[in-house]
Amino acid sequence: MENSISNPLALIAELTHRCPLHCVYCSNPLELQARTSELSSEVWSGIFREAAEAGVLQADLTGGEPLARTDIVDLVRAARDAGLYVNLITSGLPMDEARLAALVEAGLDHIQLSFQGARENIANEISGALSHSQKLRVLEWLKSYRVAVTLNFVIHRRNIDQLQEMLALAESSSATRIEFANVQYYGWAFANRENLLPTRQQLDRSVEFLNREQERLQGRIRVEFVVPDYYAKYPKPCMGGWGRKLMLITPHGDALPCHAAQVIPGLSFENVKNRGLREIWEQSAAFQKFRGEGWMQEPCKTCDRRGLDFGGCRCQALLLAGDASATDPVCSLAPLRPKVDAILASLNLISDPVGAGPAPPAPEPVTRPSWLYRPNPS
Amino acid sequence: MPPDLQSRPRLAAGCRLAETPASRTNGKDDRQHTLLMPERALRLNGPSLQIVQRCDGKHTVRQIISDLQMIYSKAEPHKVEQDILGYLALLQKERALDFEL
Ligand code: SF4
Ligand code: SF4
Repeated sequence: MENSISNPLALIAELTHRCPLHCVYCSNPLELQARTSELSSEVWSGIFREAAEAGVLQADLTGGEPLARTDIVDLVRAARDAGLYVNLITSGLPMDEARLAALVEAGLDHIQLSFQGARENIANEISGALSHSQKLRVLEWLKSYRVAVTLNFVIHRRNIDQLQEMLALAESSSATRIEFANVQYYGWAFANRENLLPTRQQLDRSVEFLNREQERLQGRIRVEFVVPDYYAKYPKPCMGGWGRKLMLITPHGDALPCHAAQVIPGLSFENVKNRGLREIWEQSAAFQKFRGEGWMQEPCKTCDRRGLDFGGCRCQALLLAGDASATDPVCSLAPLRPKVDAILASLNLISDPVGAGPAPPAPEPVTRPSWLYRPNPS
Repeated sequence: MPPDLQSRPRLAAGCRLAETPASRTNGKDDRQHTLLMPERALRLNGPSLQIVQRCDGKHTVRQIISDLQMIYSKAEPHKVEQDILGYLALLQKERALDFEL
């Protein structure tokens, strides 16, 4: 259906790659873009207007850390004035109460505060910075502002046994949503995968626990959780399908169909400074590359689920199969699924920490993995 | 749990009604009403729009029901009531409403 390209629904605006944290699973590319090449507020305002005209409903202001931009309040206002729903995804770090008030006043609709864990020590270890207590302060301030709050926990082996504490944190706050996002194994996380993937036992326990909690909190807090795709039977519809819903703009203005698209060889990206957003969406080679079904190989090509998961993630196919057009190897029907099973098998040989589980909490492992931390751009 | 008839539903923080351009493909130039929520959006029209427009913290559930029974006077009143309660419950599940007493 090449002639019926749907409108993009959300614009992911990576305002900067600068960040006070150094998370070991950061979704930023390994090549970070420098501050000097970042787009100005005027350029961003133009992008927000073009996006709204193209049918985009929501702007996700993210980074790096979007608050590292001194003009963040103006950017929020510009996105809102353009008619977009404004979502800020932040670590809460360069934040004080006056700034929060200004952001809400400028029209911020939703703030997603990311946490690295429910406990200070592990959270600080994962983020490579002293960050946890500041987040708790921001959570307190948020109670007095009219803005939707989501607590965002990135889940992995070292914190998956703290889900109960994470939920308690949400319940004591003004959050209406809590998102347990499993680490996606690209970029920095791929480099740190062995220390991040949860065990099968951990996963089963957490799914059971969260199903119960979802029920209990219904109408108060929306609990969202997605199983890590290495353990799933079918892949996730990455980005809702390539070039179907989302468009990501990097700090210097390249338009990407997905966070990790830059790792795919042979793709070139157009810059919003040179070409209109709608044109890029509809015509650029990068967005066309995996749109629709023409590019698919077997088994996807003739599979009934191809309209549901679009063959999974292209970047994962590249990372694991060495071919970005292959069936995502996490799919149980993929010829390369044995490779994923082997990764899981070797991981699950290492026994589970004793006494883990939502209650009682797991003891902290004594040894600390040798993490590869993300640095900061120049 | 069905919402209390005396309570006054109000859109929760971060949930708001917006007018967005209708999809380009249908050729018409009408505006589309959309309920924007954290990580969700719902296109509204007809009764769903009438309901959400009244979730302002002023109308009680009972008032919303009688308003819509008037607007949709051809429909069976009990059915209108059931539909409204069902729709409010759905929005509550989405965490899009606060019920003020
Ligand atoms: S994942 Fe961590 S390091 Fe990466 S941008 Fe987000 S907060 Fe910064
Ligand atoms: S074979 Fe392809 S389309 Fe079918 S379930 Fe697997 S990834 Fe999805």
